[in-house]
Amino acid sequence: MGGKVLLANVDIPGIRGFDTYRAHGGYIAVEKALREMTATEVSLEVHKSGLRGRGGAGFPTGLKWSFLDRKSDKPRYLVCNADESEPGTFKDRYLMHHLPHLLLEGLIISSYALGVETCYIYIRGEFKYLVGVLEKAIKEAYQHGFLGERILGTGFSLKIYVHPGAGAYICGEETALLESLEGKRGNPRIKPPFPAFKGLYGCPTVVNNVETLAAVGPIINMGGEAYAKIGRGRSTGTKLISACGHINNPGVYEIEMGLPVEDFIYAPRYCGGIANDKLLKAVIPGGSSVPILPADLILNTAQGEQRLMTFESLAEGDFESGTMLGSGGFIVLDEDACIVRNTLNLTRFYRHESCGQCSPCREGTGWMEKVLHRIEHGEGKMSDIDLLVRVAKNIEGNTICPLGDAAAWPVASAIRHFRREFVYHVKFPEVVKNIDHGAIQSDTELLIPDSGTGIKYW
Amino acid sequence: MMVKIQIDGTYYDVKPGKNLLETCLALGIDVPHFCYHGAMGSVGACRLCAVKKFRDPCDQKGRIIMSCMEPVNEGLIVSVNDPDAKMFRAAILESLMINHPHDCPVCDEGGECHLQDMLVMTGHNYRRFDFKKRTHFNQYLGPFISHEMNRCIQCYRCVRFYDDYTGGKDLAVFGSHDHLYFGRGEDGILESEFSGNLVEVCPTGVFTDKTLKEHYTRKWDLSNTPSVCVHCSIGCNTIAGERYGKLRRIMSRYNGAVNGYFLCDRGRFGYQFVNVENRIGEAQIRTSKNSNPVEATPDMIASACAEALSGSKKIAGIGSPRASLEANFALQKLVGKENFFAGVSRTEHTLAKTAIDILQHEAIHSPSLKEIEKADAILILGEDLTNTAPMAALAVRQAARNKGIEVAGNSGIPPWNDYAVRLKAQDVKSPIIMANPFSAKLDEIAEKTYRAAYSDIARVGFAVAALINDGAPGVKGLSKEQLSMAQHIANALKEAKNPMVITGTHGGSEDMVHAAANIAMALFLHGKEGALSIVFPECNSMGLGMMDGKPFEDLAGLPADSTCDTLVILENDLYRRADQSLIDDLLERCKNVIVLDHLITGTTLKSDILLPVGTFAESEGTLVNNEGRAQRFYRVFPAEGTVIESWRQLKELMIFSGNHESASWENFDHVAQAMSDSIPAFAKIKGHMPGADFRILNEKIKRQTMRFSGRTAMNAQFSVSEPKSPVDPDSPLAFSMEGANETPPSSLVTNYWTPGWNSNNAMNFYLDEPNGSMKGGDPGFRLLETAATKHILFFAPVTGAFTPEAGEWEIVPAYQIFGSEELSSQGPAVAERIPEPFIIMNRRDAEEAGVKEHEMIDLTLTRSSLQVKLKIDDNIPAGVAGLSTGLPGMPFLKLPESGRVKNSKK
Ligand SMILES: Cc1cc2nc3c(=O)[nH]c(=O)nc-3n(C[C@H](O)[C@H](O)[C@H](O)COP(=O)(O)O)c2cc1C
Ligand code: SF4
Ligand code: SF4
Ligand code: SF4
Ligand code: FES
Repeated sequence: MGGKVLLANVDIPGIRGFDTYRAHGGYIAVEKALREMTATEVSLEVHKSGLRGRGGAGFPTGLKWSFLDRKSDKPRYLVCNADESEPGTFKDRYLMHHLPHLLLEGLIISSYALGVETCYIYIRGEFKYLVGVLEKAIKEAYQHGFLGERILGTGFSLKIYVHPGAGAYICGEETALLESLEGKRGNPRIKPPFPAFKGLYGCPTVVNNVETLAAVGPIINMGGEAYAKIGRGRSTGTKLISACGHINNPGVYEIEMGLPVEDFIYAPRYCGGIANDKLLKAVIPGGSSVPILPADLILNTAQGEQRLMTFESLAEGDFESGTMLGSGGFIVLDEDACIVRNTLNLTRFYRHESCGQCSPCREGTGWMEKVLHRIEHGEGKMSDIDLLVRVAKNIEGNTICPLGDAAAWPVASAIRHFRREFVYHVKFPEVVKNIDHGAIQSDTELLIPDSGTGIKYW
Repeated sequence: MMVKIQIDGTYYDVKPGKNLLETCLALGIDVPHFCYHGAMGSVGACRLCAVKKFRDPCDQKGRIIMSCMEPVNEGLIVSVNDPDAKMFRAAILESLMINHPHDCPVCDEGGECHLQDMLVMTGHNYRRFDFKKRTHFNQYLGPFISHEMNRCIQCYRCVRFYDDYTGGKDLAVFGSHDHLYFGRGEDGILESEFSGNLVEVCPTGVFTDKTLKEHYTRKWDLSNTPSVCVHCSIGCNTIAGERYGKLRRIMSRYNGAVNGYFLCDRGRFGYQFVNVENRIGEAQIRTSKNSNPVEATPDMIASACAEALSGSKKIAGIGSPRASLEANFALQKLVGKENFFAGVSRTEHTLAKTAIDILQHEAIHSPSLKEIEKADAILILGEDLTNTAPMAALAVRQAARNKGIEVAGNSGIPPWNDYAVRLKAQDVKSPIIMANPFSAKLDEIAEKTYRAAYSDIARVGFAVAALINDGAPGVKGLSKEQLSMAQHIANALKEAKNPMVITGTHGGSEDMVHAAANIAMALFLHGKEGALSIVFPECNSMGLGMMDGKPFEDLAGLPADSTCDTLVILENDLYRRADQSLIDDLLERCKNVIVLDHLITGTTLKSDILLPVGTFAESEGTLVNNEGRAQRFYRVFPAEGTVIESWRQLKELMIFSGNHESASWENFDHVAQAMSDSIPAFAKIKGHMPGADFRILNEKIKRQTMRFSGRTAMNAQFSVSEPKSPVDPDSPLAFSMEGANETPPSSLVTNYWTPGWNSNNAMNFYLDEPNGSMKGGDPGFRLLETAATKHILFFAPVTGAFTPEAGEWEIVPAYQIFGSEELSSQGPAVAERIPEPFIIMNRRDAEEAGVKEHEMIDLTLTRSSLQVKLKIDDNIPAGVAGLSTGLPGMPFLKLPESGRVKNSKK
């Protein structure tokens, strides 16, 4: 497996400080970009690297940058999305905590490429302690002439501000983030217009994830083409994966894209297998919003091919049998995990975080939570299961922002792959209270009448 | 240029650039929606307007889109009836209903509810949600609006209207996810002057009309009549609803040229004066000049009138700017032209005449509110529109957005895409310049404000005209600041495509009106339209000004023996218009004072014969608004007792006086016709308004809805037989639920209804397109197109610069939306909103005078003194003070005039 790109130096004591960071090759990329390259050349390298957004959608960064409205006479902004609030995702936090200067380097080079003179880091409110870390790093960068007026004696100037949010997940959605940054209620905007044209204060704006921006420095150092050689196919480079759940080694790992999922789960250098020698039941591989997959489908696709940690491989099989790499929040559930309770937990989160703007999401999430709560607490009805499917379907694809989808997918996929568990909850409320959930998976003895849809599930 | 689109297999040629939803509504196609509003555009939040769009004719699958966000372009193929789209819309309703209390049987919105309409239209009819619903606390929002938050379906229309459209600050959305709350930060009176529109804008029963709720009546049980607001000179169109002989509510009646979808709160809630205790129910007579009049029998009244009128050597009449043209005309007929006095003070009379002359000038165009909304630069000279002509202020607020809309348009964002336009426009505003002595609410959207005494405002105005065109006389001795202000204004107006000047007569300054006229004429010479809007004090000030008449001071000034024996006063409380001593003296001198009015006033108490007449709700008549638009109101319900319309009462008086010309005035059309024939300015009125004999397929237009219920039960406690419904000989409207089913002409709309739409959103189907004009043209017609004067003659400034004098203040009037207008102040809801009398001074002046903020101070004017509370406004110039004007209990004051102040305690 290839070496680390972002976290190569993370274990060096004091790397958070400017001096140590600089002593280990820090800010060389900035010097290279600003002194030796034009803005267009920088963009070209990023384009060549094949870097794709690490915030969840995997949109090619070079392409996004090329959309930025350069004709407008208004100032342009770069906004770093550090709102990381997706359950299961904690890689940006790790990165900012340990390598704040790596992020700053990325911001400086990207701003240079985009012609931006003011850059904001919008950081999740709960990461209060990181505000200090970032601000200290920014101060150091100013002191050493990497920020401020005429950086490195070039004509390029840059200011970076850290702006903490107030703890709403929705403010991680890029347009809600911009609203919040403008001091308004964090309601997502309807797109178009896209931020590249009308972003912050109506000005052209690029919003990128922390990890995406952090990768820009290394890309400049090694060259876009070299970066593109890491990884596999259109999933180039490395990816930070925050692994959690019932595994032996939870934590943040930098992997080369293309690593087999199975290796990631079981290799001792990564998750190290399922804790307490249990069996793997299911994985939510890309943060809480992506579809959950049962063990067999996460390890191999429906076609029997080995699943890899790439955007493409994880999505293989679409909604029927696939999922997404998303933000890389890898949540592992062992055989004893209750899918219904897990889904309820996620839905409760999405209900709470819906901005309340569009009807399907606002009302649908609340409704789904209530139904799931009922099923989980032994008061469910058979018709509830199909009701959940319908409500989820009405949300999916029909809302202003993708939070609606994010709320619908976990429910839809949980029922798609674990319907029997929902049925079991309805039929045997008493048993469910103390059950070994893993058993249900393999139990074909349960004779449960069809739920009214005409389809038999086992 | 039109584009061809296909909706459910049918081709239509439609205007490009609109959104699909408004296009469908204009075509009469039902597309359910909530958050879109004709005046406010689209934000795509509710997701109810979903339809299916197909990529090309081969696309079978299509995809769901929001029609309100879809621009209409050539070749667009959509389906409204597509099963997926229908299912989706039903699902939206289902989701909205899960927390809705479904309390229609007790809901004030019931029967007129957009949510009910949408439920039926989308077909969602089965509740699968079987949990407890979320609930909210409600808030106290003041005397106008009730709040029932549980009914909210979170469409955001209220905050979009209140905050974005009217600039309100105290209504917001709180909370998130499925626990949104639309209300104020805490209980309290809604501050906006336009809060009443929430009742119509909100698609459910969250915000409802508190004044209606007090006497709750099902909406379909109201008998509705088209009317015109009588509470200022804008003349907004209304629908007045009656039940059991009482006026119960005012709703807005769409007029694309005037008020559009909305009304101000004075107009909506001021109606209560019609129902108050203070109404005069029976005719009265007083036996001596020292007593008050008391009720008398019809015979006694008849003989008293006959005696007063037939035995008089000279009868004089004082008309009224709050009475209809026809009533004023009938009075003029009764007393003769030379004895007809206009019922306004000399200052007001002169100003009105000047203003009308100016507006008839060929170079000048008097714009409608719609045209004001379209202006891209506005200079407001000395008029606090929010208080004197509220809906004009709302129009100016929309005009301020035009620059931003243009900027957005340049980047391809259509005007209806509300959020995107605001995002693009940010703070970009069309230049609105507010020149007023004291701070005003419109300042917040103004690009520049100029604070000065009226004379200085006028002088800067003259200078602006001179800068635009050298032919206009300049002003000497302007300060540097004034010069640069004038230059700035002149540039802003010259650079605009549709510049506009708005002024008014409330400040009592002829110079100011002249200055405004000079600017408009200079702009005309500069190749612009010369648009000048002048705001008048009352609902028919303009109409009265167009009639021959003299100020009543002319009558009061005559020697005692030649004044008159009999004075007939029409709907006018003279004590509001001149010093008490002058009026006392006048009324003393006339042997017989006959007063026609509907509310007890100082003047009615001094009448020898008091004849009760109908308010606007019990009469018909024509009013001319400040634009010069003649508009007719109709009787909402037959008056009780001996109350009849003023014109009918005057017709009787004419007969008593021996003038039988009026005998042929059998119905209202006859008097209107006689007026048209004898006053050239009103010649157009004849033939322009549908007369009493107007019929649609031989039927009258019904005032009542087709669901009007309980007809036979209404008065069953008195009699079980259904009484014959009253006849209305004066209009083509019937007091009945039976009548023509076709849509009446725009000025005769009594209810908005179209199949599927019981809520007032049915309004859109009466328009050529949402936010457009009424089909067949907007109600009313302009009388001012005559271009009476052609050659340009600029006015010259008369007064010099204002120089403050030590210890003296120029007291200027500060009109109040609630309190300064006579009639609306009589209703209990508006009365709650009337401020206590106050004076506005700047801090330095106050300190010099030894008076403190919020304290009562003594104000001494030439002929009166009063106690008022001090408010500080640091922007008001030194030596100028603003005084709340015309509030109940305040004496008549001829402002501006100079006054002195001192601390009450000392
Ligand atoms: C509900 C929601 C929450 C999101 N939260 C985050 C977040 O916390 N951090 C983030 O980088 N992107 C988040 N995104 C994705 C952003 O909208 C955006 O796509 C991303 O910041 C773009 O950066 P990238 O191109 O570098 O991935 C969120 C999206 C949605 C719909
Ligand atoms: S999908 Fe949910 S979070 Fe996104 S805009 Fe709509 S209501 Fe808000
Ligand atoms: S209060 Fe009325 S207008 Fe406001 S969001 Fe709720 S339903 Fe819509
Ligand atoms: S603006 Fe004037 S005419 Fe219009 S509703 Fe208000 S008071 Fe009535
Ligand atoms: S009307 Fe289109 S989304 Fe609400």
